[in-house]
Amino acid sequence: MTHTLMALAALFSQLSLLSFGGGNTILPEMQRQVVTVQHWMSTQEFGALFALAQAAPGPNLMIVTLIGWHVAGWKGLLVTSLAKFGPSSVVTVLAMHVWNRYKDRPWRGIVQRSLAPVTAGLVAASALLIVEASDTGWMAWIITAGCAFAATRTRIHPLWLLAAGSVIGLSGVGIP
Amino acid sequence: MRTARILSRALRPAHKGLYAIVTKYTAPTRSTPPGSFHPSHSSAPAPPPTSAQLFVGFLTLGLISFGGALPHARRVIVEERRWLSPDEFVELLGLCQFLPGGNIINMSVAIGMRFRGITGALAAIVGLIAGPSVIVVLLGIVYERTQDNVYVKHLFAGLAAAAAGLLVAMAIKVVAPLLPRWEIGKQRERRRGDQRKGQLKEPHGAVDAPAPTTASAGTVRSKVPATRTGVAALIALAGFVAIAYFRVPLILTMAVLVPVSIAATITLERRGRRP
Repeated sequence: MTHTLMALAALFSQLSLLSFGGGNTILPEMQRQVVTVQHWMSTQEFGALFALAQAAPGPNLMIVTLIGWHVAGWKGLLVTSLAKFGPSSVVTVLAMHVWNRYKDRPWRGIVQRSLAPVTAGLVAASALLIVEASDTGWMAWIITAGCAFAATRTRIHPLWLLAAGSVIGLSGVGIP
Repeated sequence: MRTARILSRALRPAHKGLYAIVTKYTAPTRSTPPGSFHPSHSSAPAPPPTSAQLFVGFLTLGLISFGGALPHARRVIVEERRWLSPDEFVELLGLCQFLPGGNIINMSVAIGMRFRGITGALAAIVGLIAGPSVIVVLLGIVYERTQDNVYVKHLFAGLAAAAAGLLVAMAIKVVAPLLPRWEIGKQRERRRGDQRKGQLKEPHGAVDAPAPTTASAGTVRSKVPATRTGVAALIALAGFVAIAYFRVPLILTMAVLVPVSIAATITLERRGRRP
C-alpha cells in the first residue's frame, strides 16, 4: 500500500511540473505510466475514467483525482491530489514574486511561443490515445467523429454532446 | 485549400468571441459606483476577500464550471466578486498559462496568495478542487457498482466516445494554426480584410489576449512567416510521433523538444527582423 502511494506521489508530482499548456498534454504519459508501467488498470478503464472526469464539472484534469481514488481509495485520492496540484502551485507562488520584474522581458514571449507547438503535438497525441482507448465499436467511432465535428464547427455546449453520445450509446447499436 | 477554409471558418467564431470579450471588458468606459470598483486603476478594488470568501468563491466556481473553467472564472472573479479588474485578470492569465499546471488552478493559487498569503492560496485551491473531486468520485462509485450492467456499459461506451471526440476537437483547434497552408490563407484573408476596413485587428500573442486553456498554440499565429509555422508544425509532429507511437517518456520528449523549439524561435525571429 505504502509502495503504491509512493508511486502515485512520484508519478503525479513529476507530471505536475511537466504540464505546460494545460492538463491535456500529460494524458499520454499518465496513461503510459498507469497502464503500461504500473499495471494499475487497463487501457479501456483509463478511457472510462477520462470520460467520467469529462462529465464532471471543475478544472481540466479531474481524471487525476479519479485515478488516485481508483488505485488506492481515499488515501490515494489525497496523495494524488497533493502530488498533482502541490508542485505546480509552489511554482506559481514563487513566480508571483518575480513576475513583475520579468513580465516585459522578450525571453518570456520567446519561451511561450516556443512551448506552443510542443503543446500542440502533445494534445494531438492525447487525442489519438484517448480515441484508441474509448472507441470499441463502429458506433463509437461515429460518435467520436460527430462530437469532434460539432465541437469544432458549432458552439454547442460540450455537456450536450456528452449527453447525446451517452444516449446513442445506450441504444447499444454498433457497440460490442 | 478547401480544408484550410473549413478550418479557418471553424476557428473564427471562437477568436472573435474572445476578442469581443477582451475589448468589451478591458475598455475603461464603465461608470463606477462610488467606492466599489475602479476598472481603470490597476490597484485592487474595494475590500480584499477573506480566506473564507476565497474558499466559497472558488468552491462555487468549481461546481458550476462544466466544460472548461475559464469562461466561468472570468465571470466569477471579475464581474461578480470583483477581485480583479479586467486588465489584471488578463495579465494574471498570461502568467498562469506560462507556468506548469492547469490555468485556473494556478490562478486560484495566485489570487489567494495575493490577498491572503499562503492561507488564502490554500483556501482558494482547496475550494476549487473540493467540489469536483467529490462529484467525480461519486460518479466513479456509481460506475464501479453498475459497470456489469449491459445498459450502463453501453451508456459509458457512448459517453467515452463523445469525450474522446471533444478531445479530438481540442487537438484540431490547437494544431490547425500550425499548418502552413492554413496560415498563408489566413494571412491573405487578413490582409484583404485590413485593406477593406483599415483598422480591423485581431489580438495576438497570449501575453495580451487571454487564450482559452487549450488555445495557447494560437500565439504562434501572430504574423509569423510561413517558414516559422512550418518549423512549428514539424516540432508539433515530432512531439506527436514521439509520444503517440514510440511512447517516449514525456520528460525526455520535452527535454529535447523545448530547447529545439526555443532555438528555432530565436533563430527565425532574428532572421525575420533583419531587413
